[in-house]
Amino acid sequence: MATTGVRLAPLAPAEALRPARSLWRDAWFQFRRHRLAMVGLFTLAFIVLATLVGPYVWTQPTNDIDFSRSLLGPSFTHPFGTDDLGRDMFARALSGGRISIAVGLSAVLIAITLGTTIGAVAGYFGRLDSPLMRLTDLFLSLPILPLLLVIIFLFRDTLRAALGPELGIFLMIVAVIGILNWMAVARLVRASFLSLKQKEFVEAARAVGAPHLRIILKHILPNVLSPVLVAATIGVGGAILTESTLSFLGLGFPSDLPTWGRLLFDGKDYIDFAPHWAIFPGLCIFLTVLSINFIGDGLRDALDPRRGL
Amino acid sequence: MGRYILRRLLIAIPTLIAISLVIYIILSLSPIDPLSAFGADPRVPPEIRENIRRSLGLDEPLHIRYVKWLTAMLRGDFGQSFLSHVPVMDLIAQRLPNTLAVVGVAYLVGVLIAIPIGMISAVKRYSLLDNVATTLAFMGFSTPTFFTGLLLIIIFSVNLRWLPFIYDSNLKITDLGSLGLQVKQSIMPIAVLALFNAAVLTRYVRSEMLEHLPLDYVRTARSKGLVERTVIIGHVLRNSLIPVVTLIALGVPTVFGGAIVTEQIFRVPGIGELLIRSIGNGDIPVVAGVVFIFSVLVVLFNLVADVLYAVLDPRIKYA
Repeated sequence: MATTGVRLAPLAPAEALRPARSLWRDAWFQFRRHRLAMVGLFTLAFIVLATLVGPYVWTQPTNDIDFSRSLLGPSFTHPFGTDDLGRDMFARALSGGRISIAVGLSAVLIAITLGTTIGAVAGYFGRLDSPLMRLTDLFLSLPILPLLLVIIFLFRDTLRAALGPELGIFLMIVAVIGILNWMAVARLVRASFLSLKQKEFVEAARAVGAPHLRIILKHILPNVLSPVLVAATIGVGGAILTESTLSFLGLGFPSDLPTWGRLLFDGKDYIDFAPHWAIFPGLCIFLTVLSINFIGDGLRDALDPRRGL
Repeated sequence: MGRYILRRLLIAIPTLIAISLVIYIILSLSPIDPLSAFGADPRVPPEIRENIRRSLGLDEPLHIRYVKWLTAMLRGDFGQSFLSHVPVMDLIAQRLPNTLAVVGVAYLVGVLIAIPIGMISAVKRYSLLDNVATTLAFMGFSTPTFFTGLLLIIIFSVNLRWLPFIYDSNLKITDLGSLGLQVKQSIMPIAVLALFNAAVLTRYVRSEMLEHLPLDYVRTARSKGLVERTVIIGHVLRNSLIPVVTLIALGVPTVFGGAIVTEQIFRVPGIGELLIRSIGNGDIPVVAGVVFIFSVLVVLFNLVADVLYAVLDPRIKYA
């Protein structure tokens, strides 16, 4: 005992000098070394900031019709050009980005909540595992896009009448994208729960009498957080793509409340003589999703427990 | 082996029934009156309208209507289009080959691009080629398919005038010239999907190869004196492709979604284009039929992937 005490003593001050290291600090350190992820982070921050603050700085109206300046190419007064009704595309892209990003975030919030709940219940309670996984498999074999199109087509008018044109369509698109995209997260969470619930710390928690809910929320769930975070990040990109696809097929947001996908849809018939109309919104979607995917990749590397520090 | 396939088939049947139930519930919950196409005329008196309802079986309870709908579908009777009064089955049968051709060729091209690039990317990790391939792959699956399509049109149809951007469905292949035209008009719709597939698959192949490269069996292969080429292609690649098959299967719904988009952009007369058109016209029987066919295709391809997986990986138990 004495010898160990002697050997440990000189180490203690050095130990105290080192800053406290937490998982998130380590992860951030690792993340910063991923060059593309950092580029993605800055690009995304710039785009999000532009859509949030931009409309207050760039005060051109989004819905002002002026035929004298229709279909103008990009210039200093109209960086993204104008559409057939002479509306400033830059202003429309800024406000459209707000909706696109909001749809992505909200849809993923729904998908993550559903997926984590279902995955946790399936992984923790053995009896519910098989039925819940059958349900997951069923959802995985649904043809997502056709089903989305049909649901929106059937219920669009009812919801628009009930909740107003803007809120109604927003809630519906967010809800259906969320409800049809939780499966990957559920599988992931279930797999982690299955292995974690066998671990000693869970056994210890159960031994001191912690109720199931507390074990799930306080003991197991925090250990599942990093893969869920990665899935959520990439999911935001996926949801933005899905929304823009719906809008591009004419079954998303209306023209007076345009998202990037809708702007592209409106511009696609003019690509031979006004290509800027479709290209700029397309580039916005592309840059946003690309940045999100790079961030997701960086996060995956940074949160991987097998990484060497 | 036979028993394994049979078991997979037996699982596919309840899945399809459940999917059909989901589709039916969604359609029957819809606030759109199925009679709107027939009975919207205000001159039709209410009692006649009621008679039409009864003759169509709309007064029966939901579960009976569902069973009738399902059994009719199993006989291949999908009903008639509200608009053209052509049986839905005929409409789908006309267009399905186009969709399958586009999706099939796109998958093939995607795999042919992805395997060599993913393999070299993994073997020469962090090399210039790997970095370029990785960046291109990220760009590939971050670009919405409709945007790729529009960019291709702007470059190859509008500026270079090399390729037509409307697919001519009346084109008959009679000689070399018309075959050339068919190839020319198919390039862009297929390229849109193929590029997306290639991007996704390259990442899969690369990461699976990276998992396998440090394993013991690779060292064994090298130490018994095999040429590096044989080790990589004959040993690592073969084993890495097994999980890729499953990942491909999971991506099938996305690819059919992409087919809807590419058919819509280039006006390829496939079932995706039929779906969008029927939704626009409110033609519910066609919409229901096409969505169900999409489900059948997804389940079918998953089944094929499961069987392939078992063939490729002898560790899968057939019991």
